[in-house]
Amino acid sequence: MLSIESLHVTYGGAVQAVRGVSMEVPDGKVVAVLGSNGAGKTTLLRTVSGTLRLHRGRVEQGTVRFDGTDLVTKDPAQAVRLGLVQVPEGRRIFGRLTVEENLRAGGMGNRDKSAKAQAQQRVYDLFPVLKERSSQRGALLSGGEQQMLAIGRALMASPKLLLLDEPSLGLAPRIIGQIGEVIAEINRQGTSVLLVEQNATMALGVADLAYVLDVGEVSLSGNARQLSETDEVQRLYLGHDGGDERRVRVPSGKKLSRWTA
Amino acid sequence: MTQFLSLLLNGISLGALYALIALGFVIIFKSSEVVSFTHGSLLLLGAYSIARLSDAIGFLPAVVVGILITALAAFVIERLIINRLRGAAVISLAIVTIGVDIIILTELIRRIGSDILNVPHPWGGESFRIGSVGLSQNRLIAFIVAALLIALFFVAFKYSNWGIAMRASAEDGETAALMGIRQGRVSALAWVVAGVLAAVAALFLVGSPTPGVSPTAYAVALRAFPAAILGGLDSTGGALVGGLLIGIAEAMAAGYQDQLLFLGRGFSAVVPFIVMIAVLMFRPSGLFGTKELTRV
Repeated sequence: MLSIESLHVTYGGAVQAVRGVSMEVPDGKVVAVLGSNGAGKTTLLRTVSGTLRLHRGRVEQGTVRFDGTDLVTKDPAQAVRLGLVQVPEGRRIFGRLTVEENLRAGGMGNRDKSAKAQAQQRVYDLFPVLKERSSQRGALLSGGEQQMLAIGRALMASPKLLLLDEPSLGLAPRIIGQIGEVIAEINRQGTSVLLVEQNATMALGVADLAYVLDVGEVSLSGNARQLSETDEVQRLYLGHDGGDERRVRVPSGKKLSRWTA
Repeated sequence: MTQFLSLLLNGISLGALYALIALGFVIIFKSSEVVSFTHGSLLLLGAYSIARLSDAIGFLPAVVVGILITALAAFVIERLIINRLRGAAVISLAIVTIGVDIIILTELIRRIGSDILNVPHPWGGESFRIGSVGLSQNRLIAFIVAALLIALFFVAFKYSNWGIAMRASAEDGETAALMGIRQGRVSALAWVVAGVLAAVAALFLVGSPTPGVSPTAYAVALRAFPAAILGGLDSTGGALVGGLLIGIAEAMAAGYQDQLLFLGRGFSAVVPFIVMIAVLMFRPSGLFGTKELTRV
């Protein structure tokens, strides 16, 4: 469905953010991309959604194709019409617009009236709380509700492939679990998902396939379940510490106390 | 008291016209992040087209065509210049619009020459009276039309797809783009609407009690800038309040100029700017403006 081949992206012609990344999102699957800050995850999504130019980034090499259509030359509106919709990092809901208006804004690229009505029904079924709050301003929602609104807003365009940029950012563990369930449900309803995350536990829990990015390159990839069992992922992303060299040592005789500067 | 009421009425009707111009100014800023100084020449273009065409094709057709010409000019400016410079610094864009404004203005002044063109409003210069309080018929009709247009604008801004697309992209352009909202289209439409509003304002601003179309009509548009700014550059409600405030202040200063003689003749022409400065001293982002106008 989405296929990226030896992609190189630079910002301002100097900073290499993505170096030779190849990646596949098969139809109907959830693919997770893991990596720490600066690994190139967001750059990858920008390239797919067509917002790279807004950040003065450029594709130097490689191809990005969606069902055979070249995405590198497309603008965001064209990408949306092809069926690719991104939920931006940090939710970025329209705080001054009501919940309903946010959803309408999300459906702006959806020409098909009946598809839009269906999408709206789907969003309200997935997130009943959005229906209850439909006339409230987006800014008044809680963080978790805002993330639901951001996902619902993207679903209004009836995407074939949903791109999620760190949906767990800044949310409580219980809410992150819910977001994971929602992603699985959206996928079960037939939408493919490309999930960019730092929270590996959630991401590997819902994903079929996963890629680990490290400073702009793919360092690991494969089946999500197998990947979560490798030592490297366990140590770096799942917090299961192998040796004790990373543990904080407290010199004997001293007690840790509150930091008072 | 009679004089006060009469001035208040005049001020409100003048303010409604300022509000029309200021609204255009605000939606252009919201949708394309441009402080557009082309409004003065667009206004004059509207007035000039209506005046010139009236002789040939009659008043009403001339009004329609004149409004279309102004809207088209605004559209062309957006497509040819503003849209291509997206992402340039706000200040350079503002200066670009000053350049465009001077070009259009110079050509219009050349065409008008030293004449004062007359717009043959079918409503005469008579006054409409309630008791002893009077208002020129032109201003009365202006007020009614402006009020209708402003109401229509606010309804569209709140409920139409265009309004939602516009507010969404004003709040967060990149996210709006991610939702498939075409910002170029939103911005072009904003310029067209602004052109229409300016031309309608022009139609009435060159009627009684103003003598007719002359380059001085340009100065009128300049007084709508403070209206937009003191309301808060990114607030449509602010443009409305700002317009009315400036209109009333100007009418009062003109009406009581005998009492204000110590400030010099023609003081009313600078009142809008004094009001603006006074408001900004206490509220730097305008009455209803959001605190930070820059977006990342």
